[in-house]
Amino acid sequence: MDSHYDWHIEGKSSLLDLKLKEVWDYRDLLWLLVRRDFVAFYKQTILGPAWFFIQPLMTTIIFTFVFGRLGGFKTDGIPQPLFYMAGVTTWNYFADCLTKTSTVFKDNAHIFGKVYFPRLIMPLSIVVSNLVKFGTQMILFLCMLGYYLIFRREECSPNMYILLFPYLILLMALLGLGLGMIISAMTTKYRDLAFLVTFGVQLLMYATTVVYPLSTADSGIRWIIEANPMTAVIETFRYGFLGNASFSWSGLGYSSIFTFIVLVFGVVIFNKVERTFVDTV
Amino acid sequence: MSTPFDRNLKISGKFHMSKVVIKVEHLSKAYQLGEIGTGTISRDLERWFAKLRGKEDPYMKLGETNDRTIKGGSDVVWSLKDVSFEIEKGDAVGIIGRNGAGKSTLLKIISRVTAPTSGRISGKGRVASLLEVGTGFHPELTGRENIYLNGTILGMRKREIDRKLDEIVEFSGVLRYIDTPVKRYSSGMYVRLAFAVAAHLNSEILIVDEVLAVGDAQFQRKCLGKMQDASTNEGKTVLFVSHQLGMIQTLCKRCIHLEAGMVHAQGPTADVIKGYLETGAKVDEKDMNDILIDSDLDKPAQIRSLRLVDAEGRSKNEFDVFEKRYLEAEVEVKTDRLSFIFYYYLKKNEEIIVCSHENDRDASRLDIRKKGIYKYRISLPVNIKAGTYSFASIGLGIPNQGAIHALENVLEFNLEEYSFDGSLSGYSNKRPGVILSDSEYAVF
Repeated sequence: MDSHYDWHIEGKSSLLDLKLKEVWDYRDLLWLLVRRDFVAFYKQTILGPAWFFIQPLMTTIIFTFVFGRLGGFKTDGIPQPLFYMAGVTTWNYFADCLTKTSTVFKDNAHIFGKVYFPRLIMPLSIVVSNLVKFGTQMILFLCMLGYYLIFRREECSPNMYILLFPYLILLMALLGLGLGMIISAMTTKYRDLAFLVTFGVQLLMYATTVVYPLSTADSGIRWIIEANPMTAVIETFRYGFLGNASFSWSGLGYSSIFTFIVLVFGVVIFNKVERTFVDTV
Repeated sequence: MSTPFDRNLKISGKFHMSKVVIKVEHLSKAYQLGEIGTGTISRDLERWFAKLRGKEDPYMKLGETNDRTIKGGSDVVWSLKDVSFEIEKGDAVGIIGRNGAGKSTLLKIISRVTAPTSGRISGKGRVASLLEVGTGFHPELTGRENIYLNGTILGMRKREIDRKLDEIVEFSGVLRYIDTPVKRYSSGMYVRLAFAVAAHLNSEILIVDEVLAVGDAQFQRKCLGKMQDASTNEGKTVLFVSHQLGMIQTLCKRCIHLEAGMVHAQGPTADVIKGYLETGAKVDEKDMNDILIDSDLDKPAQIRSLRLVDAEGRSKNEFDVFEKRYLEAEVEVKTDRLSFIFYYYLKKNEEIIVCSHENDRDASRLDIRKKGIYKYRISLPVNIKAGTYSFASIGLGIPNQGAIHALENVLEFNLEEYSFDGSLSGYSNKRPGVILSDSEYAVF
């Protein structure tokens, strides 16, 4: 008898029903949301996309000055601006994905309360939207790298490991997405958690090898930094593009497994909260 | 022995079953009222810490404990309780009920915006729900871009919108500005564009909240027509929630009446509406239509309060077409022997002034009074058709001098065709005209 109908709405749903087919059916919406974000950003700020460049550039300059000059941090023999730029660019992408995803329910409460579409589309669109910003910042990074290679003949040597780059993007995106979704689900219950996120992400940056190389960490705290899944991502990135960093397959493997677990957990908890989130706002 | 229940079973045989496109079974929805969490982690930690030290809960309100014991676990409110019904293909079904009857909750669950607590809904065909028009519109995007964004949010594929784009633009009537950001649109244009997208959704089942009550009257009619087409000609199933019974009567063949979260009645629209009107009083508890005005020393006379009442003096803003209705006003006169008149301009659908009344015709009504507050009860025209009315202006004036005090665009009220029977087609709001004409015939 049930075969007569093609959809059902029930009180309880399976935790593992991730509705991925439905997400696929709504892929046009994903694309249009990305486009909306880009157009809105481009039109709303006076500087427009130039802002994409200014932010990492300023951060790199400040890091070079504070940590490189004043602090005298080692950089694995890599020119300081390049070293920091690599860290800042990758970290920013991850951090943006995480913070924006973590407020997805709050930011879209209005739309979520009026129309149904697979909610997963929203965080996915955030991750893809941020790719545009990341892309422009990568161009800036590559220009800097080119400058150092050609004019300064520095000893940074891009190598075969550069091919891991697409995989690194995927890891960062999914890790940011997964963590963001877990936090977003928690912020529907605890609103003040959202403040902790911005602060927490800042702190987390210092537990990642953004401003120092993994090689300088002594054995006492090294395990903490290595336990951070973003460390292996940034180290691999630096190793591939700049030729010197503490790269290991096991580290990358660890990050991959960590990301996968966080992602699955994130999607499950997100889908659970999404069903009745409207009642709580 | 054959009970009515048995007969129902017989009707829902195989042939009948195949026509059902929405089947709601024992649907319930509960909302938690009691404190589950305080909403912030810091407060919850504080509460936990207080408990740890054996102190009392810092966020427990006084009296709350007592209330709890009296109510005995009644901190769950059932917005819907064991609701079951079936809707067949091509039907236009209206859902009526008073505020808090569970209409919106039902709509939200069918639209999948929120999940039910128990029970299930099974359906056949694509569902498009319009709890609002223009969801997701972004002011910076152009009209065209917003059509695509809004359309895909409502479940259309980009390809489908490509095919329908011309039709949508044409329907909205904003062709000239289609490549202008919608932030530059007038509110009317914005609504028209948003509705045009909604009206062209390619779905078998359409769920509509009171979004039709937007835009100007002419566009509203166009939308209503489109919706009617959808159910009668295109075989779409339409589920329509409204408390404007007139609209439900025009659109829907069948009706479901919700009362306190349960199905109170269902069946042909006319029967259900009749039952609906017989249950409960229609008095507006919130007194939304009462206007109170502070005293203004500069004015020699002024209106202090205004409201609409029925023959029994109950405050209302919804009347039957044939029901007597009055405007009650309190007028404060601050100068002795002031001669002034009372006037009102009544308008319909924000368009036409139906009449302008002034009480200067009758010399005995010309007000020459002492200081004080006077209460007026002014009868309003009863020979006008159903629709939304308001007062373009209500005020006090001095002949040949002008207005002393005027209030503009106030006291909106609806006239509904509750007590209508089909034989009065000339009185129906569906026919053109503003007034009800009851011409008498002399046949020679």
